[in-house]
Amino acid sequence: MNTLEARLRAHPLFADLGEAMIRQIAACARDRHFDAGQYLFRAGGPADEFFLVREGRIGLEAHAPGGAAILFSTLGAGEIIGASWLVPPHRWMFDARASVSTQTICVDAVCLRNQFETDHELGYALMARFLPAFVKRLHATRIQLFDLYGGQAR
Amino acid sequence: MTTAQDANVFEPTVYRVASIVREFEDVVTLTLHPEGVQRPAFTPGQFNMLYTFGVGEAAISICGEDEDQRGFVHTVRQVGAVSQALASVSEGDAIGLRGPFGKGWPLSEAERGDIVFVAGGLGLAPLRPAIEHVLRHRSRYRRVTLLFGTRNPRTILYAKDIERWRRQADINGVVTVDHADAGWRGSVGAVPALIAGAPFDPRSTVAMVCGPEVMMRFTVASLLDAGLPAERIHLSMERNMKCAIGLCGRCQYGHDFICKDGPVMRYDRLANRFSVREI
Ligand SMILES: Cc1cc2nc3c(=O)[nH]c(=O)nc-3n(C[C@H](O)[C@H](O)[C@H](O)COP(=O)(O)OP(=O)(O)OC[C@H]3O[C@@H](n4cnc5c(N)ncnc54)[C@H](O)[C@@H]3O)c2cc1C
Ligand code: FES
Repeated sequence: MNTLEARLRAHPLFADLGEAMIRQIAACARDRHFDAGQYLFRAGGPADEFFLVREGRIGLEAHAPGGAAILFSTLGAGEIIGASWLVPPHRWMFDARASVSTQTICVDAVCLRNQFETDHELGYALMARFLPAFVKRLHATRIQLFDLYGGQAR
Repeated sequence: MTTAQDANVFEPTVYRVASIVREFEDVVTLTLHPEGVQRPAFTPGQFNMLYTFGVGEAAISICGEDEDQRGFVHTVRQVGAVSQALASVSEGDAIGLRGPFGKGWPLSEAERGDIVFVAGGLGLAPLRPAIEHVLRHRSRYRRVTLLFGTRNPRTILYAKDIERWRRQADINGVVTVDHADAGWRGSVGAVPALIAGAPFDPRSTVAMVCGPEVMMRFTVASLLDAGLPAERIHLSMERNMKCAIGLCGRCQYGHDFICKDGPVMRYDRLANRFSVREI
């Protein structure tokens, strides 16, 4: 197993994935490092990659026209950055920027989507891992929306 | 010298406001010194009933003691009549105090293992003396993590203490906010989402959690997901109080009275009540 495959397996999302599937993903993946402040992608751009964070922290930002950026989520080691590559029209909704120096594995989404078309088993195995991660994040976002701490005594 | 505890439990002891720190617009931290008596001892997690004369009484957690251990320290957010009166006091004013009451955090049980403190908003107040205890006895504990959620970077309660805990006591302190501008270099997101990445061994960890109940519910789910057994998750519960000594039933929660069976309670003992809306 080459080192990129080992690093993919070290990510919690793929820890229990079979060797053949890890190899298939690795064929579409490469290591990428981002310095603090560097963008991974910007809103409106083509969502043809996604990122597995190995170390560091990525901030997701929304820009109001002419206004300051709002940082609405940060994601760290063991998490996945980017969901728009899964759903048409495959365009980023937000900006993603490294808050600190960050190590990722960048996966070519076009390469992976093409594999899903011919290998449904791979597609299913990955969806079964992505979906819980995204649903968890949706729940966490809802908790943020409750504005729990403001009007509460505790 | 008598201690304030010797007095009739319904009769407040007079304390004087020795100092006031305005944390935020609606939150103050008060140091209170007893008049003519010695301050009773307390365990981290306990609360006092603070009485503003002519207005009324409210349960307020003990968030510390001053350096010479003369007084109690309390942090209050104004939400109604009593807390508003407490937040508006001046130095030297008299406040009635009954307490300390209730069961505190399981700090001896947590020895020799990892600890995860999870706090939301003012929920950090009752955890603060527990963290200070860990700081004083650091070698008794292994990895210590504090996950603290608050609204935005301007509402970080005890920010200087958090910095000191990180520096002096090797406490892994993570502050996460609900929203921030792009200049914030810390974490943004809900506090339960930090649990999966926190460094602790679920086989030998005690979790101590305090914050709004919705936050505690999601936090418990994440702790259970991470492999922590229900009996090692402890929550500080909040219900309005009147007598604070288990007589009146005002604070009843299922078959428990929060004032004497709590406020700190083990999750396995309240699991079947925790998501029932009517309790
Ligand atoms: C064990 C325990 C420890 C506590 N520790 C602290 C503490 O350290 N600091 C502190 O500020 N408060 C603390 N509280 C909460 C405090 O006792 C209550 O907020 C109390 O009701 C305040 O009295 P009041 O007269 O100001 O407001 P009330 O007249 O009782 O309430 C006014 C309004 O505020 C709402 N309200 C009451 N309590 C809360 C709350 N907790 N969150 C949001 N809205 C609320 C009520 O629904 C009402 O609409 C604690 C409570 C318990 C049981
Ligand atoms: S407040 Fe009276 S029984 Fe708890």
